[in-house]
Amino acid sequence: MHPLLLTMDWALLIEKAVLILIIISVSLLIAMYETYAERKVAAFMQDRRGPNRAGPFGLLQPLADGLKLFMKEEIIPTSSSRMLFVLGPGLAMLTAMMTSAVVPWSSHFHFFGRDISLQIADINIGILYIFGVVSMGVYGIMIGGWASNNKFSLMAAIRGASQIISYELAMGLSIIALLMIAGSLSLKTIVEQQQAGQYYVLLQPLGFLIFLVCAFAECNRTPFDLSEADSELNMGFHQEYSSMKLGFYLFAEYINVFISSAVMSTLYWGGYDIPFVNDAVLGQHIGQNPLAGLQALSLFLKIVIFIFFFMWVRWTVPRFRYDQLMKLGWKILIPLALINMVVTGFILLLQQNHWHF
Amino acid sequence: MTMWEKMYLPAIAKGMSITFGHMFKKKPTVNYPEKSRPFSTVFRGLHVLNRDEQGRERCTACGLCAVACPAEAITMEAAERLPGEENLYREEKYAAKYEINMLRCIFCGLCEEACPKDAIYLSETFAPANYTRKGFIYGKEELLIPDPVTQPEEFEKARGAHAPRA
Repeated sequence: MHPLLLTMDWALLIEKAVLILIIISVSLLIAMYETYAERKVAAFMQDRRGPNRAGPFGLLQPLADGLKLFMKEEIIPTSSSRMLFVLGPGLAMLTAMMTSAVVPWSSHFHFFGRDISLQIADINIGILYIFGVVSMGVYGIMIGGWASNNKFSLMAAIRGASQIISYELAMGLSIIALLMIAGSLSLKTIVEQQQAGQYYVLLQPLGFLIFLVCAFAECNRTPFDLSEADSELNMGFHQEYSSMKLGFYLFAEYINVFISSAVMSTLYWGGYDIPFVNDAVLGQHIGQNPLAGLQALSLFLKIVIFIFFFMWVRWTVPRFRYDQLMKLGWKILIPLALINMVVTGFILLLQQNHWHF
Repeated sequence: MTMWEKMYLPAIAKGMSITFGHMFKKKPTVNYPEKSRPFSTVFRGLHVLNRDEQGRERCTACGLCAVACPAEAITMEAAERLPGEENLYREEKYAAKYEINMLRCIFCGLCEEACPKDAIYLSETFAPANYTRKGFIYGKEELLIPDPVTQPEEFEKARGAHAPRA
């Protein structure tokens, strides 16, 4: 056999490949049922019932929606730039999925004598990677708006892009305070520290609030959905798209919501740690594999609560005007994040100095 | 605005509690095909061609309903009753072909008011959906009420609450 094939670590490759497949399918499945959950939650908050005809309780509704999107005609405007037109939604979907590579979905499983950790890549710059990928997400929107060759789409795309880059700053600054406490950028280390101590939301409430607001803005979600304002500005930057390209944009938004919820739960709410329970003791009672399963379940529960929260806010708060949005991002959130950083640093130094001045 | 109001967060929290409360309220939606909402007693729905107690068709093809119809939706062809058919038709003239175009009908009820024989009345059902225009032209088979002598249960069901009690 070829010497390269022998020296490759096949077990690791297969393990990572299977893990990637599972995580991608789970993300897509959750994004699919998020569309259903959005409609049901919206209906219940508006005193109506939501879809309940396709399958029991309307559970097959996302399949019907997906089938509808597939069957539509793929329109590519002749005056648009063909390659960019097809590239836009692909980029949006790519950056949405790539973020899921560093989130620790659980602690390790124990199969075939190996410890399989449920994180695709435990790099030691996890958070920086997430911010890098989110910054790339701006490209998906800009390319979509530009390639449509439509002035209104372009304006909407520019507004969307400026919104995202403004709120990225506040997000990064609020994370810095968290890093000062944690001492590491790796997400796995942060979760382990929260397992040992308290959840970071108790140590950083203002930071969590700022991160929450910025997550809403990053996902282009009401109250910040100026760029796609469903009822005004008719559809914004994805107006010219039909069928599966539009499906990709909409899906990428839902996957972004899912991933933002996952990152928020990991950074501030303890990730896969089961609340109010000592995980190590529980692990000794029921074994490592069931513990890992329970931990993954608890992370999903936290993610579901956050997704519900996203939808709850969508149907409560009215949309922001563009200048109000920019004012909030630059003049209110960045100073607040800086103040948060200064106060956290102050308290940390005091702590190191044993509470003397 | 006060400092507390300027922060927006308390107002948002209050709004969110209201929205959350709405999730648990009773929904006014009616699950349509399984249940239907009650209509008034003068609701005008689909037409029904009536029969009398012995099962003979009441309609004599006099044409008053066709003349009264403001949308010109009713057309008919008359025929003479042959000697062996006394149990089918009341009088010597009957409607061999009677068609109502449901797409033209405006469900005003003037045909019901114009009929001298209590032969047509508007019941409580809707016109169901159809794929072609031709499917909406209802002939005698769809309009005629089942025979009370040979099919009493269907007759009672199809009669509805709006039938003229003669």
